[in-house]
Amino acid sequence: MPLDIHLLIGGEAGQGLVTIGQLLSKALVRAGYEVFVSQSYHSRIRGGHNTFAIRLGEGPFFAPRESIDILVALNAETVELHRGQLTGQARLIADSAFAPDLPGTISVPFAELGPERLWNTAALALLGQILGLPSDALYQAVEAMLGKKHPEALTENREIMEKSREWAVAHVPQHGFMLPGWTPATARLLLNGNQAIALGALAGGLKFCAFYPMTPATSIVLELITHAEAMGCVLEQAEDEIAAINMAIGASFAGAISMVATSGGGFALMAEGVSLAAMTETPVLIAVAQRPGPATGMPTRTEQGDLEFVLHAGHGEYPRAIFAPGSIEACYQLTQKALAMAERSQSPVFLLTDQFLADSSRPVAPFDPAAIVPVRAGDEPDAVPTPYQRYRLTENGLSPRLLPGLSTHLVVADSDEHDEDGHISEDHGVRVAMVEKRLRKLDILKQEVIAPSLDGGKGADLLLVCWGSSQGPVLEAAAVLRGQGSSVASLHFSQVWPLVPPQFIDILQGAKEVVCVEGNATGQFARLIQREAGFAIPGRIARYDGLPFTARYILKRLESLAAVEVRA
Amino acid sequence: MTSIEEYGKYETAWCPGCGNFGILNSLKKALVACGLAPHQVLLVSGIGQAAKTPHYLKTNVFNGLHGRSLPAAIGAKLANPGLTVIAESGDGCMYGEGGNHFLAALRRNLNLTILAHDNRVYGLTKGQASPTSEQGFVTKTQPHGAFAAPFNPVAVAVTMGASFVARGYAGMPEHLAGLIAQAIKHRGTALVDIMQPCVSFNKVNTYKWYKEHCYELGDAHDPADHAQALRAALEFGERIPLGVIYKIEKPLFEEQFAVLKNGPPARQEVSQEALRQVMQHYV
Repeated sequence: MPLDIHLLIGGEAGQGLVTIGQLLSKALVRAGYEVFVSQSYHSRIRGGHNTFAIRLGEGPFFAPRESIDILVALNAETVELHRGQLTGQARLIADSAFAPDLPGTISVPFAELGPERLWNTAALALLGQILGLPSDALYQAVEAMLGKKHPEALTENREIMEKSREWAVAHVPQHGFMLPGWTPATARLLLNGNQAIALGALAGGLKFCAFYPMTPATSIVLELITHAEAMGCVLEQAEDEIAAINMAIGASFAGAISMVATSGGGFALMAEGVSLAAMTETPVLIAVAQRPGPATGMPTRTEQGDLEFVLHAGHGEYPRAIFAPGSIEACYQLTQKALAMAERSQSPVFLLTDQFLADSSRPVAPFDPAAIVPVRAGDEPDAVPTPYQRYRLTENGLSPRLLPGLSTHLVVADSDEHDEDGHISEDHGVRVAMVEKRLRKLDILKQEVIAPSLDGGKGADLLLVCWGSSQGPVLEAAAVLRGQGSSVASLHFSQVWPLVPPQFIDILQGAKEVVCVEGNATGQFARLIQREAGFAIPGRIARYDGLPFTARYILKRLESLAAVEVRA
Repeated sequence: MTSIEEYGKYETAWCPGCGNFGILNSLKKALVACGLAPHQVLLVSGIGQAAKTPHYLKTNVFNGLHGRSLPAAIGAKLANPGLTVIAESGDGCMYGEGGNHFLAALRRNLNLTILAHDNRVYGLTKGQASPTSEQGFVTKTQPHGAFAAPFNPVAVAVTMGASFVARGYAGMPEHLAGLIAQAIKHRGTALVDIMQPCVSFNKVNTYKWYKEHCYELGDAHDPADHAQALRAALEFGERIPLGVIYKIEKPLFEEQFAVLKNGPPARQEVSQEALRQVMQHYV
């Protein structure tokens, strides 16, 4: 068995569990291990039950695991909630005040090690010792975080780390989770989905982003702000989501490659703006990080429930594209592609992710800055026929897009139906010509559609179909089944609109059994496949409890699907 | 020199006698007085009869959604601070549907001009009460008279410390042209609330009514004095003062963005070296 350790740190918000989780995962990545980091948190600043999970080992890992090998309980509740997930050899690190009488428990007298506000650092040092990490590696990570800004904090943190390590040497017996070897690896980037989206956007030439904070999309904006000055990007917190998308459209009209980032409720407010982008033919990227709805729903949880909403949001008829990355690398690549397609088609383009992808981190090979092709806004003023017409009718539906104020040509854009000059028109002939012009741009999007990726070859006994963030858990489930000798393949869509059935219909038809795995209650993607490709996917695995898919969840559901068939 | 002819002449969709004609002429005069060529100007409007104004002169135009002229104008200004950006719409669009944006725009203080055609009634939808309609104003949708108190945009703007607040009147086009020119030249967000008769749907606030109520602020008024400005702004009844009510200097919003010091973002290349360093952040 390849090394696969699942470590979970649980406690209340405010206990510093994210800090130590991040420090530990960074140290592990620097040492060359694979990690998959996922977070679960409540919608509150203090209290609640939060976890920071690190799956580590030889990997690569693309999904979380359910069973736990090492549990760090920063409070008693964590013990109660997670003791059922502990594996046979598991270790449980807990304060002596509430450490349970379970085999494998390491009861730690935290109060003897130092003041309570440093207990998270103490836990980090204990973990380092249990995993066999050199103390220097963790100390350097702490130093990098506290930096020179807080020398007094650094001293006391170092003290408690040293004390904790000594305590562990004396009190923690030998166990099976010592990591083999400790060889510095080549530099990799530890990124979560939202960080990768921000990097992709900046690499793609993003110059403007307006936003209204909303979980789980806010961290895209936070990353952009961190690098805004270095990368020449303007960020503005708008008074509401309506303002945000209208600002982005105004900025794009004036020449800044633009995006907004939001979640379902905020996106609902943006719907008229989507329509405005389409009518004025102004490129804009709309990143929607899904969380369970309706209404406020479960703000910090995950779901793939807004596919149909994003597909149909905004009144009127017009083309759009929806990208749904399934990995950290895809978040980076597809954000650039989405910006490029928005500019090329002069249309609204979407990036559809969710809380699971947003908050999951994995190490990836550094992206090559020399390989980027940043999007440039607008066309060359010298190349347009005069008099300039913003909405000149053309064969492919694209009209030259000039930027106001950057040439002597005048640019007129209108949300009313308009003539080629951009002025209001109520002429029915003009109306038909303009509707058809805008719809012709769908072909531009279709020519560039990313084909779904097939893993495991055609003609398998079982084909698992998925989209967006479900890719990792589905790949792992399929690999487990193949390891048991079954013939299983998976088909992942990283672009869910437009669909081009010739790209995948034979794969669907060639499999003996097809099951669609998606994180919503009603099977939105399966329904879309049926509508567009005429193929009814017979099997369905749904998840809508607010939690992400895991391989185990999928495997269990597959067993019961099979059981149903056997009975039938 | 730019001439008024360069700003063109168009057929309009307005009723004969509409106050919009006076405002359109004043705007053209003001643009010429400011020495602006059409391609240097971007007019951003929402929806309504006033919001059609940008279609009737030759400039760059972004005619967006109802209520959303200001966010679109702000986005455009941040993308290209060199543009002279004017947001123009009616009272319903600017103060009703777009009320939140109006407040936020005053707080920001970008270098842009807000022209609000304030005829105190909805024209395009044929005569409903607007945010500035008088209490008791009878319409088909408010048959017992408007119940809500009117919004006083000038007083709100002065209260919030907006850097330029003026009130004009469509029936005094020369005076109005002067106010608009001052607003355009002002470094900061400049509001010109423009009293305007609606000959079709507002039978109360007519040309005659405005003539009886409006007066020009004299030299005694000091627009830099906040207390005086607030008094003038709140004077809205028997007598309505016209002119520059409040004017102060404040830091420009856009000047606080370091990245805008290097010219319009649209013309800034992506630096591979900067991107390489950004990625180091995650190692």
